[in-house]
Amino acid sequence: MAHAQNDLLATDIEAYLEQHEHKSMLRFITCGSVDDGKSTLIGRLLYDSKLVFEDHLAALESDSKKVGTQGGELDFALLVDGLAAEREQGITIDVAYRFFSTERRKFIVADTPGHEQYTRNMVTGASTAEVAVILIDARKGVLTQTRRHSYLVSLLGIRHVLLAINKLDLVDYSEEVFHRIEAEYRAFAAEIGLEHIVCVPLSALKGDNVTELSPNTPWYDGPTLIGYLETVEVERDLDEKPFRMPVQWVNRPDLDFRGFSGEVVGGTVHPGDRVRILPSGRESDVTRIVTADGDLDEAVTGQSVTICLADEVDVSRGDVLAAAQSPAGVADQFEAHIVWMAEEEMLPGRPYLLKLGTRTVTATVAQPKYKVNVNTLEHTAARTLELNEIGVCNISLDRPVPFDAYVDNRDMGGFILIDRFTNATVAAGLLHFALRRADNVHWQALEVDKGARAALNGQRPALLWFTGLSGAGKSTIANIVEQKLHEQGRHTYLLDGDNVRHGLNKDLGFTDADRVENIRRVAEVAKLMVDAGLIVLASFISPFRSERRMARDLLDDGEFVEVFVDSGLDVAESRDRKGLYAKARRGELVNFTGIDSPYEEPEHPEIHLDASGSVSAEDAADQVIEHLRQAGFIAPLAGDI
Amino acid sequence: MASLTHLQRLEAESIQIFREAVSESEKPVMLYSVGKDSSVMLHLAMKAFYPSVPPFPLLHVDTTWKFQAMYEFRDRTAQKLGIELLVHQNPDCIQKGINPFDHGSAVHTDMWKTEGLKQALEKWGFDLAFGGARRDEEKSRAKERVFSIRSAQHRWDPKSQRPELWRLYNARKQPGESVRVFPLSNWTELDVWQYIHREQIEIVPLYFAAPRPVVERDGTLIMVDDDRMPVEPDEITMRSVRFRTLGCYPLTGAIESEADTLTGIIQEMLLTTSSERQGRVIDHDSTGSMEKKKQEGYF
Repeated sequence: MAHAQNDLLATDIEAYLEQHEHKSMLRFITCGSVDDGKSTLIGRLLYDSKLVFEDHLAALESDSKKVGTQGGELDFALLVDGLAAEREQGITIDVAYRFFSTERRKFIVADTPGHEQYTRNMVTGASTAEVAVILIDARKGVLTQTRRHSYLVSLLGIRHVLLAINKLDLVDYSEEVFHRIEAEYRAFAAEIGLEHIVCVPLSALKGDNVTELSPNTPWYDGPTLIGYLETVEVERDLDEKPFRMPVQWVNRPDLDFRGFSGEVVGGTVHPGDRVRILPSGRESDVTRIVTADGDLDEAVTGQSVTICLADEVDVSRGDVLAAAQSPAGVADQFEAHIVWMAEEEMLPGRPYLLKLGTRTVTATVAQPKYKVNVNTLEHTAARTLELNEIGVCNISLDRPVPFDAYVDNRDMGGFILIDRFTNATVAAGLLHFALRRADNVHWQALEVDKGARAALNGQRPALLWFTGLSGAGKSTIANIVEQKLHEQGRHTYLLDGDNVRHGLNKDLGFTDADRVENIRRVAEVAKLMVDAGLIVLASFISPFRSERRMARDLLDDGEFVEVFVDSGLDVAESRDRKGLYAKARRGELVNFTGIDSPYEEPEHPEIHLDASGSVSAEDAADQVIEHLRQAGFIAPLAGDI
Repeated sequence: MASLTHLQRLEAESIQIFREAVSESEKPVMLYSVGKDSSVMLHLAMKAFYPSVPPFPLLHVDTTWKFQAMYEFRDRTAQKLGIELLVHQNPDCIQKGINPFDHGSAVHTDMWKTEGLKQALEKWGFDLAFGGARRDEEKSRAKERVFSIRSAQHRWDPKSQRPELWRLYNARKQPGESVRVFPLSNWTELDVWQYIHREQIEIVPLYFAAPRPVVERDGTLIMVDDDRMPVEPDEITMRSVRFRTLGCYPLTGAIESEADTLTGIIQEMLLTTSSERQGRVIDHDSTGSMEKKKQEGYF
């Protein structure tokens, strides 16, 4: 492969560069375990394309003798096993990106481990790949992990698969073995909807059918591995889809220029094209496609450009410019596949940040409809998703976003979920479709509204949220506050664990997921009561900041009053009226806040009460009343409502 | 229309990364090391925001030991492009007179570059820094993210790195944390040279062969760029040399070469088989040393 090239390189460097500057690029993923010879294969691709340099080679030779598994011969796997930690473990623990090129293409290889617990890595690597190379050990045939890899490849929308039936040298280059495995795999692939499959008999170790057809497999007349990778056509279909460009940045160097910068993620665009701006729905015409190398007559999928429009329309980061004739959808509720990627399990009902295209919104994920066993593809019931689990869930956003189904456009339908406090990327998601109810559920514009009801009551409605450890004195104080308000003729209602856990929430336990759902329901009920014009007192341990934030976000500005009943753990535990701390300490009670489950203190509560014993409950309650008065909830000010 | 070439796709990806990083940070900066990768990165930044000027300054973490030709090139480039240039020199190093001859390459690099970078980021309060590192440079970089989170102590923790899917980058961070962004992650050394050739990007003349005064130390050719370098009488010889990477002149090995044109360099590079980082003294310490340095905050 490289020899003729080297001649050109030596004799006519200009011609060589001209040729190499017009190569295309292909991103592919390799799936398989170390046992399948995956690292050996990648090492060989790097080696054969002359990208292993002399000093690397020297290191490889000495490493091969020291720790190699090939009896002192070059162990190509050592070229690609990177981090010190994994070298010691002898396994690949993350996605590594490798690069090699031939005279026709540059390749970016996402090298991902095959072990079951690393679904996360494979999904990550597959998300940017156009082709998948799935390795099979010819001695073992189609294994569970082959099915798993193929399912993930199909889920992530990779349409072209090369099945490398490797280690054929160890089965005497048997045609019969090759065809048996091929037939078995094709039957399975058809079930999961993989269409374009090419099977290659291979020995990565010996080099059979890697770059040149091997004399050991005279019965095989298909492409070599490299031959396939160099010629497989993958890009065209995206250009034929409708135009999409998420706006990354508004380009405004001076008052005379206003352009919208982004990367085209679907279709093509030309000056004069009619585009619709989503989610607003306004339309305009493209006047210019600006780049630093001059204006373009056409921009295609994959190009980063700046688009100018004919009208002074409002466009900002997060909007999508789309073909006016076939625009993307806009919705706020979806069904989606979710791949959970964090150690901490998914908490249905908890708000996460969702990033789709260039837009970030708040999202809550419902309890999964089912999860998918990636080995058997069976659907099983689930209440949550744990690390490396995949499920189908409904998801609801705090505002509508432009989208396409993932199967139609990866960049318009693929999203990540981000934890709002740790900022970690906790999940990847693939949108299926918008849920109808986003359109169908409209709040009735009631003539008697919150203001009217509150006026009748002579008070401003509020939600007083008492949070603190078990035994801190939340309910005691909340009870006194309610009595005092009642004496003043205020309309109140107290929600606490006792009256909620026995009815509305009696189906919930004390796992993190159930705690989140408990608080979500309480917050929704409290919201209705606030809407009814009441001053609502909610007394719950509510240990997590994010759930308290969720309750706050449900209400209008100023209606949520967070009351931190701060006793300290020592004082709360010493009170222990129900004997719960003692039980928890003995291990008879699990997930007990303060003992084996965390309590996240409020950072900026509206009211911070000292409940360590130095202030009486009566005085603490007066502080709350005083706050309500000062904040105007119960002072009968004229015109306040 | 024909499909995009690999250089067009790499360019488009880098531009997308630039725009995303700028949109998701408060105060970005570009680390500018004056080398060829920095030149390519800067060229891409100019394209990414055109017709605007990139909305961030350049930061050169200087050691006072760079080649004179680099300082000249740096100042001229910033002026030509109309982009703000910030220079930071670790004051502790100035005071202690840290240099590669008396303190060794490890201490020199750690104090001037690693510590200097931390100081500079804190001094100006930058929360995001662009760097020109590539994944193909070294084995431990093959797994580096495009957006890499650093703790308030600027440490790189392999466990806190986030999965990167599609073109979606998560640049969110806690107060004090910062993000390093590598727009050239998917470029190889050959891509960089091809792009310099295609785009006619100006690079420091030291990359081209010319007669230069050199001494030989431990089998490495070192250019005597000023009179701070202790040399024996008659030790200096004039040889036709060029540099594959640029850093502090006493720590940067030259190679003998006659290639004085861009195509000549590329031709020579493709026909020889020494990987790029071999010219850097820092890598030779031990296997996995780059990984260690990264954890400590070296870029």
